[in-house]
Amino acid sequence: MPSDDHRLTTLEVAQFVADGFLRFDGLIPDEINRRVIDELGSLAKVKIPLALALPSEEDGLSRPASGTPLSGCYPEPSVLGEMLRLPSVQGIIRSLVGDDPLYDHDFVHVLPAESGYTQHLHVDAIVDTPDPAFDIQLFYFPNEIGPGGGGTRFVPGTHLRRARAEDISRYQNLLGEQKYTGPAGTILIFHHGLWHAGQANPGPMPRWMYKIRLSPRVAQTRLWNTDDLAAHQNDETDHRFATMRFDSVAQVLRKEHPWQLGHEARYELVQRVQLWRYLSGDDHFDADYYLTRLEQRSQRTMGARA
Amino acid sequence: MTLRQQVLYLWLGEGDLATPVVGWAFHDGTAGKGPGLPEGEPPYATGTAALEAGWFLLQSPPPVRVEPGHEYVTGHLANEFVFERRIEVEA
Repeated sequence: MPSDDHRLTTLEVAQFVADGFLRFDGLIPDEINRRVIDELGSLAKVKIPLALALPSEEDGLSRPASGTPLSGCYPEPSVLGEMLRLPSVQGIIRSLVGDDPLYDHDFVHVLPAESGYTQHLHVDAIVDTPDPAFDIQLFYFPNEIGPGGGGTRFVPGTHLRRARAEDISRYQNLLGEQKYTGPAGTILIFHHGLWHAGQANPGPMPRWMYKIRLSPRVAQTRLWNTDDLAAHQNDETDHRFATMRFDSVAQVLRKEHPWQLGHEARYELVQRVQLWRYLSGDDHFDADYYLTRLEQRSQRTMGARA
Repeated sequence: MTLRQQVLYLWLGEGDLATPVVGWAFHDGTAGKGPGLPEGEPPYATGTAALEAGWFLLQSPPPVRVEPGHEYVTGHLANEFVFERRIEVEA
């Protein structure tokens, strides 16, 4: 049920909660993909030295400061600004972090042809607060990326794990990890906690990727197109060991990634339920009764003692 | 000839060595002169399969201590088993 303003559907947002990312193949028109490379090259000349704490050459273009509302970033004429202001992109952003979120930072990740540079698995920034609010990171690939073309490696479902950024470098291989490939103009949207890593680019073409981190200014509750929310929002009795629905948010959240097995997946599910309570504004939401069992028993027994 | 160590980390689905491998990492002290890992993802189906292939267990993880208020927090993969094998290489 896509909306006229391109906001996400309930099940798309639920998928984001289960996987920690969404992808939109070929979302950006080729007309922008072709023109953006020059601007990315110019931005890289500023960004890359700064990241190394080195002076960079100025090109006179406006660069947003951290904390700038997105609407104030990359004003015309800017191809990056055109991309960010596309209704289809605005609809995705608005669904997850609200209207006009704050710019945190951005970066141009360019891998020259035959580059052997590779990163180990990491989370950006530092360990985050335990509350469910989140930033998104938008990854934009203006060129087609084939196998071995330096597409970002990431591990679906890792976004709600609390770990220090560099400690996860120990995981050289995890079942279910992906190495991005896709057509030109593809957008990936990551929850800020998703484990990821840059890959080598042994191919003959440079690999360009633009990443921007955006932070909400409002509670992230029911920001998507909620026309279908009532149809999919299950109640707290939805329980695979009792009675359950197959068209529910809970059923989307039950997804087990290959690196999550058995009982371990139950703790992952609890994390997702807590995030969905925040997103949907429904403090009684549950999947498979894990939280409801504890909360209701506590209320019953503590009430009986009073 | 001299001995060099190869180290294999296996992350298993549960705390039992016989449960499936969900992640792995290989560190080769022979700098490629020794045997590698078998083809396949994962290279061994279970921790037990690695033992049967000649790996020696160096470390198994202690059970997770459940701290009040942190019962449902997820972080690192809990079931990290470390193996080694020692390979003779030319000095």
